[in-house]
Amino acid sequence: MRVAVVRFPGSNCDLDAVAAMRSIAGLSPELVWHESDKLGRYDAVVLPGGFSFGDYLRAGSIAARSPAMSTIRRMADRGTPILGVCNGFQILVEAGLLPGALLRNSSLKFVCDWVNLRVDSPRTPFTLLAQEGQVLRMPIAHGEGRYYAADDEMRALERGRRIVFRYSDEYGKAVAGSNPTGASRNVAGISNEQGNVVGLMPHPERACDPLFSPSGSVDGRLIFASLLEGAT
Amino acid sequence: MSLDVLQLGLTKGEIESVRQGLGREPNEVEWSIIDAEWSEHSSYKSSKALLRLFPTKGKRVVLGPGYDAGVVDVGNGYVVTLHIESHNHPSAVDPYGGASTGIGGVLRDILSMGTRPVALVDILRFGRIDKSAHARWLFRNVVRGIADYGNCVGVPTVAGDIEFDESFERNCLVDVACVGLGRKSDLILGEAKTPGDVLVLIGGSTGRDGIRGATFASKNLSNKAEEDRSSVQVPDPFMKKLLIDSLIEAVGTKLIRGMKDLGGGGLSTALSEIASNGGTGVDVDLGHVRCREGDMSPTEIMISESQERMLLVLSPGGAEPILSILRKYDVPYSAIGRVTGDGNLTLKWKGKVVARLPAQLVVKAPLIPWPSKKPSAQEPRARRPLPTPDVGRSIISLLASPNITSKRWVYRQYDHEVGVRTVIKPGQADAALLRLPNGSLLAVKGDGNSAHSSLDPYNGAAGCVAEACRNVVSVGAEPIALVDHLQFGDPSDPEVYWSFGESIRGMADYCAAVELPVVGGKVSFYNEDSSTKLAIKPSPIALVVGLVRDEKHLVSMGFESEGDSVIVIGETRAELGGSEYHRLLGSLDRGVVPRPSPYTDGVLYKAVVDLIRSGAAKAVHDCAKGGLAVALAEMAVAGGRGARIDLRKVPGSEGRPAGILFSESHGRFVLATGDPKGASRLLSERGIAHAPVGEVKGEALRLDAGSKPMTVLDVTALKRSYEGSIGRLMD
Repeated sequence: MRVAVVRFPGSNCDLDAVAAMRSIAGLSPELVWHESDKLGRYDAVVLPGGFSFGDYLRAGSIAARSPAMSTIRRMADRGTPILGVCNGFQILVEAGLLPGALLRNSSLKFVCDWVNLRVDSPRTPFTLLAQEGQVLRMPIAHGEGRYYAADDEMRALERGRRIVFRYSDEYGKAVAGSNPTGASRNVAGISNEQGNVVGLMPHPERACDPLFSPSGSVDGRLIFASLLEGAT
Repeated sequence: MSLDVLQLGLTKGEIESVRQGLGREPNEVEWSIIDAEWSEHSSYKSSKALLRLFPTKGKRVVLGPGYDAGVVDVGNGYVVTLHIESHNHPSAVDPYGGASTGIGGVLRDILSMGTRPVALVDILRFGRIDKSAHARWLFRNVVRGIADYGNCVGVPTVAGDIEFDESFERNCLVDVACVGLGRKSDLILGEAKTPGDVLVLIGGSTGRDGIRGATFASKNLSNKAEEDRSSVQVPDPFMKKLLIDSLIEAVGTKLIRGMKDLGGGGLSTALSEIASNGGTGVDVDLGHVRCREGDMSPTEIMISESQERMLLVLSPGGAEPILSILRKYDVPYSAIGRVTGDGNLTLKWKGKVVARLPAQLVVKAPLIPWPSKKPSAQEPRARRPLPTPDVGRSIISLLASPNITSKRWVYRQYDHEVGVRTVIKPGQADAALLRLPNGSLLAVKGDGNSAHSSLDPYNGAAGCVAEACRNVVSVGAEPIALVDHLQFGDPSDPEVYWSFGESIRGMADYCAAVELPVVGGKVSFYNEDSSTKLAIKPSPIALVVGLVRDEKHLVSMGFESEGDSVIVIGETRAELGGSEYHRLLGSLDRGVVPRPSPYTDGVLYKAVVDLIRSGAAKAVHDCAKGGLAVALAEMAVAGGRGARIDLRKVPGSEGRPAGILFSESHGRFVLATGDPKGASRLLSERGIAHAPVGEVKGEALRLDAGSKPMTVLDVTALKRSYEGSIGRLMD
């Protein structure tokens, strides 16, 4: 399965995402420059973390208006799996492919830490291998990741079971103390209506090798392995 | 134009020396170029002679001091580059911008060697955040500046060291070290060797920000320093990120013949150094420099320190592939001139030559042999008895004190994971550990102790190298190289200059004895407030890197397994001078400072690394600030288990319980092991003092002196005071 990792000027986690997916047999990740006209040929797309275009104006706002995003919008409509991680999530929201907004963390500080994440929707191409309610461990690293949606949007997300990940404690309880950024209803990741477009703030690509996980977690692999599972 | 109008920082003697060397009166542009390059910041004129004392050779050293970064061979064709910079003066007046551009500068140094920046380490010094709102303002904004810049450029901040002391109230210290990674065959030097080559200036435009920044950094801060904010450069991390990505791609073409970053002294320094290093000259048309403002004069263009700029030397035939990479990343560039064979720095403006100076004259500022005098306060003082507060309460207070407490509030704001190389993360052990592409691991840590250094600059400086060595040894790494940073007050003060010399001697002697090469460094003087005449405590800093052969034996620093033996390695002596315990008692100005043992420490480090490799060590932690008591408490907090310790068994000449607990004697480690006999055998064979002092046990740290119980502290209570105290002061 060929996965495009789109590299915008200012992307930081592009190489990390490629390395993480390369460790999963069957996935062939490739770096694709944002101006490339070959993006449409890939089976799936990952928008990596970083500070695309310096996050000037608002996080993700300039990348959301780049030509690559018109192609990605068409791919999304066709049902191609598309994953936005951190800045990639911000770009998907800014581009209108996912609802809501990602606001400055309630602490007004950048937060880098390992967190627990409960899978609330195992139906997306990136969570197929997870059990509903399963708790995953991954790091977050962002300053603008407090998810917010207007009441009616939030109701639609809940009703459509489109809240894919919530910050939780180690037992899967989504309590206030386990919410590192003050996100509405502990939301850490969501999907579009079809379920093929998923955005999340935590970094699965940083949780694929036990050497780099304080708890030995390789839960990030589940996200990428699900992608392969859905394709076969 | 009279010299007064130019506001030069040059002394009368230097002005005469320029006139003699040149054989004529320089014009305004020429004076300004020499002023920038002869500033303390760029020329090291007050320090160069003493810095020659450092040992700089070693089997892994590829390039030592004198380049943009030191280069160390880490095997299999890979090199690690190291550099340290400070941005003290800018951060004192604009903490956010000053800290940001400080990172920007050190990243360029690593990049200009042709290597990718892979880790940042910050060593910070502020006033008392528990007492001063100004100190809190500086601290908050420096950390935010580092976070916003470092996170955006995608280089993880993996380690650091923070101290709070009254002497840094007005003059905070903001030191940033960077580790680069690359292939030995891809190294690039800051030199222009071939006449006819093209000089291309890339990156940010040249503006009026940072005008005379090097000169600003080479004088004491005045109470009018706020007016010097225009001397602070404007950061643009996004442009820096584009420079990193485009230059790493460009390095792969092997078509870059020379590269130099534009930092202190701007174009003046970059052009004169690239020419003198290559034994050539340069011919530059300043009209081709991209300026942010339309009406900039040749002088302003030459001394601007605008950020995010690099100078490339390209062959006329090899330029296009590089330029096309720059276009892909939208990195602006312009060819500004050519390399010549005449040894001159020749500058043109609107068709006329506006400056012509021999490059060698520009880079060779006359050295200043400042007078040096041992301060009378260094003499030992009469002893008066210290109060003897409750041991348990002292330990709890020390754990919550800003100099010892967890720095999570800080490192949680830094992305320490990006790049997915960080095996040991901040707060997990004594040093950060990064995986290298050749399978080995690189340990890195920076340390300093201004309280020790102010009482005894020789042993204080040697001690900061010893502490940094212990920290990398504690994660199983063999120390392989060091960069230093020496920060002092006004060098024209003979007592300041004496402490500077002693510090260099202390570091140099220690490094020579443990065979640790110094591959680079930095000197920062004038960290002094001219209105209050308050200078910082002498602040030498050592940043040490070490190598772990493979990932098989990684140790933690926590007490984790009930029943493990606890062994104290090294001798505890009556060395409470400059200790955090004395700070707590309000008697920082007295006592005997810990003296490292350079001639036995090399054997000690090897033994601890071998213990870790042999698998006998489950947890290792060194004793430093707060002494053995804090080391034991930190191990209990890290692993969530207590221990029962008999202080009578601790090896060494110190017999007083407070001394055993809080003396900061060097050369000590605490080891938790399931194989005490094996560990003990290895240590005895190498002649290293050590003793089993107790075992990992229960939910509390219990300290006894023989049969006499001293204190029992619950791990939860230790944890409560160790964690969160900075957050309580800051949020």
